[in-house]
Amino acid sequence: MATALFSRTRTVDGLRAGPLALVLALALLAALTAAVAWGSTAIAPAEVWGVVWRRLSGTAPRPGTDDLIVWQLRVPRALLAALVGAGLGLVGTAVQALVRNPLADPYLLGISNGASLGAVAALVLGAGTGGVLGLGLSGAAFAGALGTFALVWAVARRGGGFAPLRLVLAGVAIGQFLSGFTSYLVLRAGDEQQTHSVLFWLMGSLGGADWELLALPALAVPGAWLWLQARARGLNALLMGDETAAGLGVDVTRLRRELFTVTSVLTGVLVAVSGAIAFVGLMVPHVCRLLVGGDHRRLLPLSALCGALLLVVVDTVCRTAMDTHELPVGVVTSLLGAPALLYLLDRRLGSGR
Amino acid sequence: MRIHVEDLHVAYAGRTVVAGAQLVAAEGEITGLVGPNGSGKSTLLRTVYRHLRPTAGRVLLAGTDLRELAPARAARHIAALPQERGSDFELTVREVVAMGRTPYKRAFAGEDAGDRETVARALADAGMADQAGRRFTALSGGERQRVLLARAFAQQPDVLVLDEPTNHLDVRHQVELLALLRAARRTALVALHDLNAAASVCDRLHVLCAGTVVASGTPREVLTPALLAEVFGVRAAVVDHPLTGDPLIAFDHRTPAGAEPGAEVRA
Repeated sequence: MATALFSRTRTVDGLRAGPLALVLALALLAALTAAVAWGSTAIAPAEVWGVVWRRLSGTAPRPGTDDLIVWQLRVPRALLAALVGAGLGLVGTAVQALVRNPLADPYLLGISNGASLGAVAALVLGAGTGGVLGLGLSGAAFAGALGTFALVWAVARRGGGFAPLRLVLAGVAIGQFLSGFTSYLVLRAGDEQQTHSVLFWLMGSLGGADWELLALPALAVPGAWLWLQARARGLNALLMGDETAAGLGVDVTRLRRELFTVTSVLTGVLVAVSGAIAFVGLMVPHVCRLLVGGDHRRLLPLSALCGALLLVVVDTVCRTAMDTHELPVGVVTSLLGAPALLYLLDRRLGSGR
Repeated sequence: MRIHVEDLHVAYAGRTVVAGAQLVAAEGEITGLVGPNGSGKSTLLRTVYRHLRPTAGRVLLAGTDLRELAPARAARHIAALPQERGSDFELTVREVVAMGRTPYKRAFAGEDAGDRETVARALADAGMADQAGRRFTALSGGERQRVLLARAFAQQPDVLVLDEPTNHLDVRHQVELLALLRAARRTALVALHDLNAAASVCDRLHVLCAGTVVASGTPREVLTPALLAEVFGVRAAVVDHPLTGDPLIAFDHRTPAGAEPGAEVRA
């Protein structure tokens, strides 16, 4: 019997995860550099790293606008794109295992609708700083996410064991209920400027990035990744079914409960800092599964890397595509994501499964 | 190790499905669970592999109450082959079998040489070694069941629990799977729909009806025409199998139990 069969190489259409992760990490580094270099003011890549190096090493920054543009505007934004993209990749992977459906969306559980309602309420009713993508808005969005989480939890728990269907039904129903309120608030918005900023936020945008805003996702995304990675085998077992997982010694109810909590908090953080960016969380895990297979020990880090890379690239496009104004990042991810999803579905159906 | 089910009561979806079941699966034997649909076979097995909790009574593993063991600890002793098909998450055969190592691994722990050897042996024992790289969902029903059996082997359990493992398989694959089970020479508790398969594969049988065990013994002791009429509601003769000598149940497919033989049956 050939020992090659039992090495970690997938003998079907899979790639080695290690080299692939290395390539993606290098691509991410290049994309981050480009994201900071490109814009209305072009900055040489060497100068980008020069500014970053001087800031990090504590050397006095060179006077001039480049330092300000790089360090205060573009670096936080590029890092936010990477963190949000990685977070969306992770939360998508986790929700798909949680509800045992490879086509589930991280926003399926209604959390983002709650966050949106919170944010829109802050913008329209002026509870926050009003009209500005500042912390007041993020705080309101995060509070909305947590409130929705509590509501979905209460409804789902009554079914016992956080069964996939129960979670999805509770999430979708409550999410639709809340988005009704959001629509009402948008219609009620006082002026055109307010409506515009609400819609822009709802479609997802990284325009609010600054160093302060980075703190929460910088804690939440790596934290969630570590938590999920530690439970990768449990997630694998969930894919086969609850009975199988129980037979493998996984405490299914507890894992589901914790998974729901972690994905909700992470979704809340992501939506709070960037709005509801569509399709990344759905598409990235799916593509990664085609690349390296379904084992979460490889899938989780790869989804995080892929999500980060995708969102950094897309946000750079959104920022630079048009001279006069920015495109909301969610619009572009939808435009890219929907055809990509159709292609994937076609491929699955075409392969006769 | 032996499994001892003691006065077990289990409720499922608000209904008491197992009501005072009592049975022993003896060390090294294949113990069969038969009974009509809804008699509680699956529910009883789900309690043994800890998907469900008893509402009263106990399941003992070598004298220890299962509820006193941590889930992963219990899973090192009891491996399950439930009636689940799994969804399409791009898992390979080898990845599915490697899941059997789950109860032995800590968080973040990778696969070591011992795991790889165990998985390779489990694949070989189930006759699936040459299929390791294939996608699990692309397999036929018979192949899938063999992979799931291999996963149970990779768990290195003392007891195998199988819930109708031959369901939806054609005859050849039924025979192959049950032959694999016999060849494994492990303590096994298996629910079977096919009474003739149960009669030739199991060392002992327990007949479940309405959540309790109504008969226990060797297949020859248990599978009598009277019991088949009473519990399963069928007329049948029990003869010797011409090839194996096992009890062979010849059902009368024309006449329901209780009706006069040869009489016309009105719907």
